[in-house]
Amino acid sequence: MTGAEVLLEVEDLSISFPTDEGLARAVQGVSFVLRAGETMGLVGESGSGKSMTAMAIMGLLPTSAVVEGSVRLRGRELLGLSESRYREIRGSDIAVVFQDALTALNPVMTVGDQLAEAVRVHRPDTTAAQRRARAVELLDIVGIPSPHERVNRFPHEFSGGMRQRVMIATSIANEPDLLIADEPTTALDVTVQAQILEVLREVQTRTGTTVLLITHDLGVVAGVADRVVVMYAGGVVEAADIEPLFYDTAHPYTAGLLASLPRLDRRSRDQRLYQIPGQPPAATNWPQGCRFAPRCAHVRHGLCDEDVPPPVEVGRGHTAHCARVDVWRTEVE
Amino acid sequence: MSTSLSVSHLVKEYRVGGGLFGRNAEVVRAVSDVSFTVEGGDTFGLVGESGCGKSSLGRSVAQLQTSDSGSIELGGDDVSGLSGKALRAWRRRVQFVFQDPYSALNPRRTVRATLAEPLAIHRLHQGAEDQRVAELLEQVGLNPQHASRFPHQFSGGQRQRIGIARALAVEPEVIVLDEPVSALDVSVQAGVLNLLDDLQRDLGLTYLFIAHDLSVVRYLSDRVGVMYLGKLVEEAPVDDLFERALHPYTQALLSAIPVPDPRVERARKRIVLAGDPPNPADPPSGCRFRTRCWKATDRCATEEPVLTEHDGGRRVACHYPDERAVTSKEPA
Repeated sequence: MTGAEVLLEVEDLSISFPTDEGLARAVQGVSFVLRAGETMGLVGESGSGKSMTAMAIMGLLPTSAVVEGSVRLRGRELLGLSESRYREIRGSDIAVVFQDALTALNPVMTVGDQLAEAVRVHRPDTTAAQRRARAVELLDIVGIPSPHERVNRFPHEFSGGMRQRVMIATSIANEPDLLIADEPTTALDVTVQAQILEVLREVQTRTGTTVLLITHDLGVVAGVADRVVVMYAGGVVEAADIEPLFYDTAHPYTAGLLASLPRLDRRSRDQRLYQIPGQPPAATNWPQGCRFAPRCAHVRHGLCDEDVPPPVEVGRGHTAHCARVDVWRTEVE
Repeated sequence: MSTSLSVSHLVKEYRVGGGLFGRNAEVVRAVSDVSFTVEGGDTFGLVGESGCGKSSLGRSVAQLQTSDSGSIELGGDDVSGLSGKALRAWRRRVQFVFQDPYSALNPRRTVRATLAEPLAIHRLHQGAEDQRVAELLEQVGLNPQHASRFPHQFSGGQRQRIGIARALAVEPEVIVLDEPVSALDVSVQAGVLNLLDDLQRDLGLTYLFIAHDLSVVRYLSDRVGVMYLGKLVEEAPVDDLFERALHPYTQALLSAIPVPDPRVERARKRIVLAGDPPNPADPPSGCRFRTRCWKATDRCATEEPVLTEHDGGRRVACHYPDERAVTSKEPA
């Protein structure tokens, strides 16, 4: 994928919110590049800043947010655009699939009308018949059976999985360059999750859209992503292609996360899970230096707690924000 | 000596909708004739998707709700017909840990008050409550000096530990764990799972562990039961179930769980089920899974498969059971 054209560049993005207890920092110094056609997984636990980063790309942060840095789509700066400009971009250039399809769909409009509306907003030159045909086609792309009939139904007549398909159909209505999927399967049962991931894969094959998948689930990432960016406490800790991230892990947090996962394919009744000690820092009280340092088994005081470590290149397209990246892997715990 | 838990022919029904007088209410059979036994000191994992009846079954076992028929026995003592003092004594023996550590704790009570309440109800450790509270906090890996704090001063993982401490307070024999880690972040989840494992070893506890995440179930369970639309469709020792599942639904469920390993994950053959689970108020005739099953024949529509014993203490309810490895590295 490394040869492909750069679609999205996030550079030194910082987001904070003024609160009574001081400035709450949600994201600090986040940079990554998304190339056209790839699927990138943005992974982290709650509070890691992954969803805030996505909201910033979408221009959907609350007005109280203090945003710095740069987000460029095909070289065009998005931060600071007016709401009306952003509205032109959302849906046509960038689209989003949210976790909760029931609240994201309009309950008093048929799904066909909602799809037609999504087309009309960005393509006012189309006729009603064209828009309707497109709505049926979209439902077909996302695997909804008998789309000609289903197009006249309301969201409550669909199951959770089917609603999520409708959401995906809405988001790809105008063939966006970038599809942001924010925990698209988290609210779904596993057999339905498998269907939806299949739909996303299918959509990407058919439309060639670039996907930014935001998730806490490393299993989902393992199945669908080409590249992965791991976030912790508002910052990127590691970025790599899918295989190096899992098999040549360079950041102690990523390694800890992988080791703490129980696995379906392993006998484990007599083994203990690795446990990352402590918990992530509060947004108002980040430690000095590497924010993972207080929980890290490989921490060196006087080094890790001085400055936020810059990215260190450990392989092709593989970076880790760790001051001890060359040594920690040789240390036995 | 740990206490066994035995559930036989358990049925739990709910009336749904039907307006003010409920004349047109539909009856949903959330738990439909379910039987299984958990050996003392073991963990029985109960899995299935939302609406399969696993949580309803757990609530009946802990007597948080009644059941409509069938029996629940603790080491030979049947709960049916118990009331008053005898029922209270039963409840002490079976405790419950809730999924959401945020809503399961009273935000206006200190941890001490939360943990001392069950002691007062069951008249335990009277005069030494503070000591018991400190002991409980230590047991679940929390600082006993934080007993005067309120729930909001703790993180999600710590709150779940408080929920576990509350269950332990009355020295139960069986604990029903209803999705105890599904609201927690991965790095916190491992700590709570290890804690549950330690407590079971130290105290000889018997667990009924209800979860939708099969990876977590594999980690903690000795035997596993799979439910679909109120029915137990398969039940087996943990490794047999995960490595040689017999029921097509179990196979589909296992194949749908992502494995955090790209090479394994991409080599796996996934069984993607068509459609969604049917309406529980109107389950399909015969086998309830037949509408989504790739093996279904006419027989499945007319004849309900019974849970039948197979080699190695496995039970499966299917007319066409067939071993299939879905979690191994080799594509099936």
